[in-house]
Amino acid sequence: MAVTERFVGQPVLRKEDAPLLQGQGSFVDNMSIAGMVHMAIVRSPFAHARVVNVDVSKALEMPGVIAAWSATDLTDEWAGPLPMVWPITEDIKTSDHWPLTKDKARFQGDGVAVVLGESRGLADDGAEAVDVEYDALPAVLDIEDAVRDGAPLVHDELGTNAVVHWSHGGGGDQSLFESAPVKLKLRYEAPRTTPSAIEPRGALASPVPSLGEFTLWTSTQIPHIARVTLSGTTGIPEHKLRIVAPDVGGSFGGKLDVYAEEALCLALARKTGRPVKWIESRSENYSVTIHGRGVIHDIEVAATEGGKILGFHVTELCDMGAYFQLLTPGIPELGGWVYMGPYDTQAYWYEFTGIMTNMTPTDAVRGAGRPEATYVLERAVDALARHLEMDPAEVRRINFVPKFTEDRPSLMGLNVDSGDYLPAFERALELAEYDQYRKEQASRRENGDIKQIGIGLSSYIEMCGLAPSNILGALRYAAGGWDAAQVRCQPSGKVTLYIGTSPHGQGHDTTWAQITADELGVTPDDIEVLHGDTATTPLGMDTYGSRSIAIGGAALHYALQKIKDKARTLAAHELEVSEDDLRFEDGAFRVQGAPDKVRTIPELAVSAWTAHNLPDGFEPDLTATATWDPKNFTWPYGTHVCVAEVDTETGRTELLRYVAVDDCGVVINPMIVDGQVHGGIAFGIAEALYEEMLYDEHGNLITGTLTQYLVPSAAEMPSFELDRTETPSPTNPLGVKGIGEAGTIAAPPAVVNAIVDAVSHLGVSDVGKPATPERVWRAIRDAKGGSR
Amino acid sequence: MANVSVTVNGVAREADVEPRTLLVYFLRETLGLTGTNVGCDTSSCGSCTVLLDGESVKACTLLAVQAEGREVTTIEGMASNGQMHPIQEAFRRNHGLQCGFCTPGMIMAAASYLRENPSPSEGEVRESLEGNLCRCTGYHNIVQSILDAAGQTAGAKA
Amino acid sequence: MIPAPFEYQRVESVDQAIQVLSDEPEAKILAGGHSLLPLMRVRLARPSFLVDISRIQDLKYVKDDGDQVAIGALTRHHDVANSEVLHELCPIVAYAAGEIGDPQVRHVGTIGGSVAHADPASDMPTVLLALGAEMVVRGPDGNVRNVPAGDFFKGLFEPDLATNEVLTEIRVPRTADRGWSYLKFHRRAQDWALVGVAALANASVGGLVPSAARCAAVAGSAPPASSSSTPVARRGRSLMFVRATAGPAPFWASAATPTSAQSWARRWNFR
Repeated sequence: MAVTERFVGQPVLRKEDAPLLQGQGSFVDNMSIAGMVHMAIVRSPFAHARVVNVDVSKALEMPGVIAAWSATDLTDEWAGPLPMVWPITEDIKTSDHWPLTKDKARFQGDGVAVVLGESRGLADDGAEAVDVEYDALPAVLDIEDAVRDGAPLVHDELGTNAVVHWSHGGGGDQSLFESAPVKLKLRYEAPRTTPSAIEPRGALASPVPSLGEFTLWTSTQIPHIARVTLSGTTGIPEHKLRIVAPDVGGSFGGKLDVYAEEALCLALARKTGRPVKWIESRSENYSVTIHGRGVIHDIEVAATEGGKILGFHVTELCDMGAYFQLLTPGIPELGGWVYMGPYDTQAYWYEFTGIMTNMTPTDAVRGAGRPEATYVLERAVDALARHLEMDPAEVRRINFVPKFTEDRPSLMGLNVDSGDYLPAFERALELAEYDQYRKEQASRRENGDIKQIGIGLSSYIEMCGLAPSNILGALRYAAGGWDAAQVRCQPSGKVTLYIGTSPHGQGHDTTWAQITADELGVTPDDIEVLHGDTATTPLGMDTYGSRSIAIGGAALHYALQKIKDKARTLAAHELEVSEDDLRFEDGAFRVQGAPDKVRTIPELAVSAWTAHNLPDGFEPDLTATATWDPKNFTWPYGTHVCVAEVDTETGRTELLRYVAVDDCGVVINPMIVDGQVHGGIAFGIAEALYEEMLYDEHGNLITGTLTQYLVPSAAEMPSFELDRTETPSPTNPLGVKGIGEAGTIAAPPAVVNAIVDAVSHLGVSDVGKPATPERVWRAIRDAKGGSR
Repeated sequence: MANVSVTVNGVAREADVEPRTLLVYFLRETLGLTGTNVGCDTSSCGSCTVLLDGESVKACTLLAVQAEGREVTTIEGMASNGQMHPIQEAFRRNHGLQCGFCTPGMIMAAASYLRENPSPSEGEVRESLEGNLCRCTGYHNIVQSILDAAGQTAGAKA
Repeated sequence: MIPAPFEYQRVESVDQAIQVLSDEPEAKILAGGHSLLPLMRVRLARPSFLVDISRIQDLKYVKDDGDQVAIGALTRHHDVANSEVLHELCPIVAYAAGEIGDPQVRHVGTIGGSVAHADPASDMPTVLLALGAEMVVRGPDGNVRNVPAGDFFKGLFEPDLATNEVLTEIRVPRTADRGWSYLKFHRRAQDWALVGVAALANASVGGLVPSAARCAAVAGSAPPASSSSTPVARRGRSLMFVRATAGPAPFWASAATPTSAQSWARRWNFR
């Protein structure tokens, strides 16, 4: 029976849910293997210290401790350092980053020794018993101080803490930054944040000593990248190394990396011949899993008196942390490509300097570079509106690039593939009742109410679908940006997909099944989706940068076309018609005018498998593989509106409304897309109001647990009101763009703009991020000329 | 070592454990019930929420010995006769989960709360989840799921 | 992390607890464990011996006792919050108990544990100070002391409790005819107070808090909230304003200062 129901565009319930709802998830910590031992890391309590001596003898005497090693003891385990794959400039200064440090601890949490124990508790006991002698050094904790003469050096051999400088080189008429009638110079800071997936990281390495083969189950976004790079670090040949990303409990960039602990689990499994497990604690997660952001932005906006933006000139100082992790130096650059936002400007300049500090390494946190850039841009647009005493909505309206449906070269050098910014913007204002809240605001201001309201706007573009391989090559990234999918139509009529992207909550199984069901005339329930295992899905480039649907989905599309091409040949053979006489309609190949001449793909899969009667030259089995490399990025966009109420006496903010209108192109599953937007917005609101990683003057992480790093709960979050426009991307055959990062990119400026807008009549022009009650209160005090 | 006897999901279980064994690791490692997750070390995230004598508690902040003689219900005990619990069904229907790691704790917290307050408002549901953190969903659909489950529960009773 | 190893004994009576505490000078009392276990998990606390008193059934009650309400030390926050006796006779205590932690914490944590932990950032000490509550403390040889709240909270995590004494009861006055407020300023619902203010006033006195009213507050840092005029009470029959003193020091208007704001501001580094 042909399946005629269509699934793309429908809110199909998730295939993933049943096990997760019943406690049957396959998270790394749920696995154990006979003979397994537990690993604990001895970590530096100092941000910067010479490691004078490491004595593991007391640990070795502890009951249940199997082994303990210093960094020096493990020197021979490493074929190479931990990977950094994005050396963005020729003259970037890099230093080897080893899984344990021998000479110096460069941030609080830097690993200096490792202990294996028979249980978690015994490993922890052993780690406590390792005696490490440190010689504390002054720490580099401020990115402006870090480049001054005489500043301590994080990596002595580099001779400087300013290790990378990347300049876009400018686009358009640079003289406008001199000649423009209105010039605003502004500074914004993005504090450090951290992904804080609710599942901390974890890894379990299992050896087959006689074969020299290893399997690593690891909580990662990137099993394929981890395989090739961990092979380089450990010297385990790639064909002997299998990486599995089982169920992954969220990531948000935190698991888009290759970490010391993964390399250590593998090396110690090799050394001991036993399975080695390491599960990160939350406090460990906050000190050793990457942080992100950590940028000081200086922006100059050039504009006309009428509010027409002429150009943006941006320079940044970026906190790289103590080591380069996988992508560290390239993260700011990802923002550098979207700094003009949806606006039609005439001049553009962007450069940044990356600076080493004695703090946790930074890398991609949801959005990676683009939230930082969008925050600065949208705060600056509001500042321009205030400066010109214009409505911030009007300033945006007159500056949007007009509708375009094909590649449009932009000033920063990339082609934006499509855009129609105004309809999403107007829809967002309408949904949020913008004009009504302006009236309410005026009335509260007039009454001098303690609680004032503000309306914050944020219009953004994203650069998603990372990325065309040739562009990645030009940007000095070490790998390509293509992806892959394999489709196998099983003889029983079921379909198995082997996909190269590696989800961690995004609902790929369901989305990919919907695409496949429509193409092949089956139901999503007939489809099994495999991913995240280099043994079963060897081809792939993993999940990050809103790339999965835009690239992996497109690869699946092409694999499905190959299946259909092959099936068409077989159908024509069986029905004894020409291929040209066949139409794939209502879930089957049909011959016009001959209703009995029908073949479904499951029927053809049986024929292809039995191979009893195949056309000449037809390869048995209905299987196809496709890889796809995009020609361009995809460019989602939208406008978010936040209505905030600020208590002017305490500085506390309450969000009254949050409206988002996004355009992520064609929507495969609206339920899942809404969920991604919800989560993205909440991540952005958290960044705007709650979260920042703080260190004291010695480099001790102050926000080292969830009691100090304030991930908000449902009690702190509003409901969200969503709508969409749907402008297909011309870059891929599905017309899709990606939606995982949009909310996080758009929300922080929407929220902070709302807060500033609420108290701007009191003279406040800026509130730092996160806009805590204290910061808001101080901003009001300062504006009133108060002492503190 | 200390002997612990606990009824878990209706089944009497007994084991000798170190006194320092947390209830959550007793469930996960001694009994092999890995549905209850651990997301923090400060009693903040709620991923480890289970029911103790029918009320939500954080199994990472209890010693296994503290549960001696008591009844524990974990996520594995929610479905019955192959049918998911109405709260589980509501989470599925409303896309109340993404990565699924916080989900067992959310469901157990909701199960406890809906017994106290069978027809809560949206604001009450949000307050009741103050001790459970999720990073994926923005809570929007979790709250909708619980409100939906409350409606379902009321409907079943009526 | 996993707590460091310790010995464990469950006791069935207060006398037995006192006996074990006298025999094991390093022993710590485990009630609900919701203050102690988080510290043990990150190994900031590492007692070598735990005396589990949580099964002592006769320390779990809330009862009307003349001019006072007596609350057994092992009464859980959840039961304090839902106590009809307290709602009728001393509602501020029930209200404040509902502000502690989150539902899961309130299902296990006890009023005695919270009080004996003497963390000034927690809710109950502030409220008990404002009320002028009494702590009933039992020691060896049948000794019983009634300690006023103002004396009991000696400092940061420093209750007036000897190592072989057990807090058995909290006695709060009837306040049914008085206005009351407990206002907690915190960033997230589950968090401790940055600023907590408890206030009581006679119902007949409207407007501003008269000097005779009792109020107590704790402040987390040189705070925004304590330096402005903050409306604290919308509950009870009178609307009150606490005019907090400006400056870095916290104020505990009714009682001796159990700690300095700076010390616990450093500890938690709230902003």
